[in-house]
Amino acid sequence: MSHAHSHDHHHDHDHDHAPIEAEDTSSSDTAILADALRMVLIEKGIFTAAEVQDQLTLMEGRSDRNGAAMIARAWVDADYRDALLADGAAAAQALGYDTKGTPLIVLENTAKVHNVVVCTLCSCYPVTLLGPSPEWYKSKAYRGRVVRDPRSVLREFGTEIGPDREVRVHDSTADMRYMIMPKRPKDSAGMTEDALAGLITRNGLIGVAEL
Amino acid sequence: MQAIFGPGDRVQVMDLEAEQGLTGHMRAPVYCRGKTGEIERFCGAFGNPETLAYGGDGTPAQPLYRVRFKQADVWPGYAGAANDCIEIEVYQHWLKAG
Repeated sequence: MSHAHSHDHHHDHDHDHAPIEAEDTSSSDTAILADALRMVLIEKGIFTAAEVQDQLTLMEGRSDRNGAAMIARAWVDADYRDALLADGAAAAQALGYDTKGTPLIVLENTAKVHNVVVCTLCSCYPVTLLGPSPEWYKSKAYRGRVVRDPRSVLREFGTEIGPDREVRVHDSTADMRYMIMPKRPKDSAGMTEDALAGLITRNGLIGVAEL
Repeated sequence: MQAIFGPGDRVQVMDLEAEQGLTGHMRAPVYCRGKTGEIERFCGAFGNPETLAYGGDGTPAQPLYRVRFKQADVWPGYAGAANDCIEIEVYQHWLKAG
């Protein structure tokens, strides 16, 4: 931290009062190992530092706006909706999003069914369409609880599903990836595709929220 | 490997760990082993993760299905609605007619 600012009040200086920040894991054993491995692979010419930077830029450029754009298109274009539900990866490709050869299953929330996605094995997630997954998605609490008590977990996200609707959990443990098509908000008639995309949240695309 | 099940077929998930002494990386979640559900769809054939995990080539590719279970059949005392379901991807060699 910078000590350029002046102190006109007393501090107990037996500690460095650095600002509270997210946990710094840059000196963890795994981070050091990963850094060392990356440097060795660059030295051996397996890949270049520039290629690593390109990949990081690519990863940072992925966001849930990709998935939101697909769902907004499906809401305004019945043919696209049918294509999306039939083959999610091909429908992603049609809008210029590459799912890297991984199949995508899009599940539609309806008046009868509410869908929610989890990966109990690890944290499988359609990163190309939703960006990096949120921390809670990777937590043991979410993974362990949503499969056996989904309605309580949904309630903690502020999502109350009536007893007349089926809650359908999808455990993403193998080769498929999943995205949810939320129910279109009732008051959204006449909105543009871009405006509709703005209504679509990441949590809606995972299925822990409605819109 | 040929896909031997189709949508609507009743299937039971085997416990290859208990029944055949399988060890190591297994994809069929413990909580669905021994449970009976219904094929929701056939997803295609994919490399077997149990050999891929150890540097193998994953052959023969295993047919993969999404199997739909009633939550009440999976979790004793399930607290949600009676028609709540869970769908899990299960490879064919873990399944038998149920």
